[in-house]
Amino acid sequence: MADRESGIGARVLRKEDKRFLVGRGRYMDDINRPRQVYAVFVRSQVAHGTLKGLDSGAALETDGVIAVLTGEDVAADGLGSLPCGWTIHSKDGAEMKTPAHPALAIGKVRYVGEPVAVVIGETLEAARDGAELVELDIDELPPVTDVVAALEQGAPGIHDDVPGNECYHWGLGDEEAVDKAIDAAHHVTRLELRNNRLAPNAMETRAAIGEYDPVDGMYTLHVNSQNPHLHRLVLAAFVELAPEHKLRVISPDVGGGFGSKIFIYSEETVCAWAARRVGRPVKWTATRSEAFLADAHGRDHASTAELALDKEGNFLALRVRTKANMGAYLSTFAAAVPTWLYGTLLAGQYKTPAVHVEVRAVFTNTSPVDAYRGAGRPEAAFLLERIVEKAAREIGMDPAELRRRNLIPKDAFPYQTPVALVYDTGDYEASLDKALDMADYAGFAARRAESEARGMKRGIGLSCYIEACGLAPSQLAGELGAGIGLFESAEIRVNATGGVKVFTGTQSTGQGHETTFAQLVADRLGLDMDEVEIVHGDTDRVQYGLGTYGSRSLSVGGSAIHMATEKIVEKARKIAAHMMETTADDVDFTQGLFTAKGTNKSMHFKEVAFSAYVPHNYPLDELEPGLHESAYYDPENFTYPAGTHICEVEVDPETGVVDILAFTAVDDFGRIINPTIVEGQVHGGVAQGIGQAMLEHCIYDDESGQLVTGSYMDYAMPRADDLPDFTLAFTETPCTHNPLGAKGCGEAGAIGSTPALINAITSAIGHENIAMPATPLAVWRAMRGAE
Amino acid sequence: MAINVSLSVNGQAVSRDVQPNRLLVDFLREELGLTGTHVGCDTSQCGACTIHLDGLPVKSCTMLVVQADGARITTIEGLAPDGDGGDLHPMQEAFRQNHGLQCGFCTPGMVMAGIGIAQRHGLPSNDVIRAELDGNFCRCTGYHNIVKSIAAGAKAMAMTGAKTVAETGGE
Ligand code: FES
Ligand code: FES
Repeated sequence: MADRESGIGARVLRKEDKRFLVGRGRYMDDINRPRQVYAVFVRSQVAHGTLKGLDSGAALETDGVIAVLTGEDVAADGLGSLPCGWTIHSKDGAEMKTPAHPALAIGKVRYVGEPVAVVIGETLEAARDGAELVELDIDELPPVTDVVAALEQGAPGIHDDVPGNECYHWGLGDEEAVDKAIDAAHHVTRLELRNNRLAPNAMETRAAIGEYDPVDGMYTLHVNSQNPHLHRLVLAAFVELAPEHKLRVISPDVGGGFGSKIFIYSEETVCAWAARRVGRPVKWTATRSEAFLADAHGRDHASTAELALDKEGNFLALRVRTKANMGAYLSTFAAAVPTWLYGTLLAGQYKTPAVHVEVRAVFTNTSPVDAYRGAGRPEAAFLLERIVEKAAREIGMDPAELRRRNLIPKDAFPYQTPVALVYDTGDYEASLDKALDMADYAGFAARRAESEARGMKRGIGLSCYIEACGLAPSQLAGELGAGIGLFESAEIRVNATGGVKVFTGTQSTGQGHETTFAQLVADRLGLDMDEVEIVHGDTDRVQYGLGTYGSRSLSVGGSAIHMATEKIVEKARKIAAHMMETTADDVDFTQGLFTAKGTNKSMHFKEVAFSAYVPHNYPLDELEPGLHESAYYDPENFTYPAGTHICEVEVDPETGVVDILAFTAVDDFGRIINPTIVEGQVHGGVAQGIGQAMLEHCIYDDESGQLVTGSYMDYAMPRADDLPDFTLAFTETPCTHNPLGAKGCGEAGAIGSTPALINAITSAIGHENIAMPATPLAVWRAMRGAE
Repeated sequence: MAINVSLSVNGQAVSRDVQPNRLLVDFLREELGLTGTHVGCDTSQCGACTIHLDGLPVKSCTMLVVQADGARITTIEGLAPDGDGGDLHPMQEAFRQNHGLQCGFCTPGMVMAGIGIAQRHGLPSNDVIRAELDGNFCRCTGYHNIVKSIAAGAKAMAMTGAKTVAETGGE
């Protein structure tokens, strides 16, 4: 991958940066509509209770308050429940329990922050003042927020139609084979762990502006969404707000997502609906405090695991039992996260012959939990890489060597795992070796001795993660319970003068699509980067799309763009053949030039484009005028990025403070279009993974069900001085089943880094049981326990 | 009761009647339409709202407009002499060259903070930059390239002797 100036593999500067750098980004709160009014949500301040009544009298008398609307009003207009787009079946074949999820609470409140009513005001201040005066009459019930406690006998019941709070009890793998192998094994390593709950914290909070035009019955919803077409589909087909052709969803510049802007939430639903009720555009922007309560959280698992090994250290079987917190309601993709995005990843990079996993999904009185950067895969990698590390220490083998012994060898692909997936390609040992070399693993003992001489404890930790990106194919996803397709679409319009607009159904929330996709198209058509514009984020402009999540944009969306570009080239080739008086088979196309083989005739792509729109000399009997193609790409399989992360830390035994001395990540993302952008994705992912390991935690008070960490005063966000400089490198085994060979890079950092850091800390302190986040206090306590 | 304030914003004189409880950030965004200054939190921690007030970086969500009476303010829009497409301020250009931004939401605050760091420290080390950024959150970049950008921007500023509009009073 040479450093070229443009095209595939080049470190092209981002096209979108200039507008962001001069303050001309256009984010949700920068948008205002004529005659707009403001929505403020009245949220439950209790975690669990019967909603007996609501008094809006004083609010309605407040100056500037236009309306106070409730769940009953929503129901009266016939709006449906917010759906979960994935249905899981339990081991016994029963369908998961899907309790109703009204946009505004009806009858009961089930978590602190649940929206109960909305106050619409002429100004934000008026709406806020009104919201303060809405009185909720709630009979409090005891809450349960902990995932283990919610399954215990006698735990408060959250939904009448969900006995025992269990949403489903799912299983995957060969239970009998695993039981046998564990019973007979030479050694069994056991681990119990929690995967801490996180708040996604995109720096731009969620926001929405609903509008309704009564003349043509058309709704327009501005919302910072990772998938505007999905918003349209769900609001049309499930919530029944309006038919799809009467609903336009616009997602402008989006200030980060990390999963949290995938979902179809109460607030945007209510803004769109209320716009019709009050006859004016309705705007809502979340405060950060609201974001903590009302954005879907991530992770929150309690697990036990057993890994069986033979005398030589070969893995024989893995058994995993997980309880996954769903929160009070099922968010849009919640059910899929701890199942098909988690259980299927538990083979990791290893040839473990038998794996069995059971997951119980549990309702609690907490904010809904759904996909957050990595979604299921970080939880799988954390569990697996922790138990592998622990096993190595127990049997006295070097952790790198234990991993190497068990890696799926590079000549074993395609590889069928015991948990449903078929990995298409990989070279795990190459990443491991490169990372060990870059991190100077061999020199660690000397560095540790040096630290010890200073009274400090030093540790090194590895993680060999795998992830599955670009969820697909649609047919399989459907069999596994998905309610949507998982293809992506692209449309390319070439102008008469040769410039190009590319319409993609993916949505950038910071990933630089305007650059990477332009690189793809400019490279193929022989155009300058400036001649290619990428359009996304508007259901009335873009034909269709499923959006951006699961690191799918390049591997799925980019592949659709590639296919549409090839169609453009093929049509242009025919036009060029006609004009150069030869056949299409005899026309070559490279670097923007069509040449007739064996002649000195050639035509630039732009000349051909011009004749497509000015078809004076044109094969009109064979071809339609115009140069405009679209493509839909439905992948054959997931892609499987993988790599090795190594973290080295020093721990102060007096204070428990952990200093990250070095962080090395070697990742195989297949073919890379723009290495600078990919490195940025890894940096950000690693920072979030380190945040999970050391700093971040959504804590609920057991008794009251209050979110204790509901602001930046209490929730520790990673800051610049919590993090080291990162050392990155890539290995490359191109994906075998998409035309770009790309695998996806958005989540890997958040998947590989967390276990590497915790393994480093446990290596330093010589104690395995450390809960995340590994704050100085937690580390200090663990060290005292270890002594 | 409205109070009259007069201040200079990006070199332009501005005089308005404002409510005494009006936050500076809301005034800039809503009354002056300078939406490049962002709001990322409600507890004064994220730094997305950082601007320059009399040449020093401050969080505009933490100040009332009336407190800025008579002050010289520079926002992200006022940094580049010709922000709409001409040359960028060396710190902006450094962010562009070093992929110091992803979603761009924290970016205006980071650039404004970065200029302040450069002005205080000349050629700051990475450790100094990291420590000085404790009032600015970024969720996208892991800070790696922001630190790199600020180091490069500081160097470029030292070489060009760049000044902000606020420092020059808009001349
Ligand atoms: S908005 Fe000012 S510090 Fe967050
Ligand atoms: S670039 Fe997105 S928050 Fe910093």
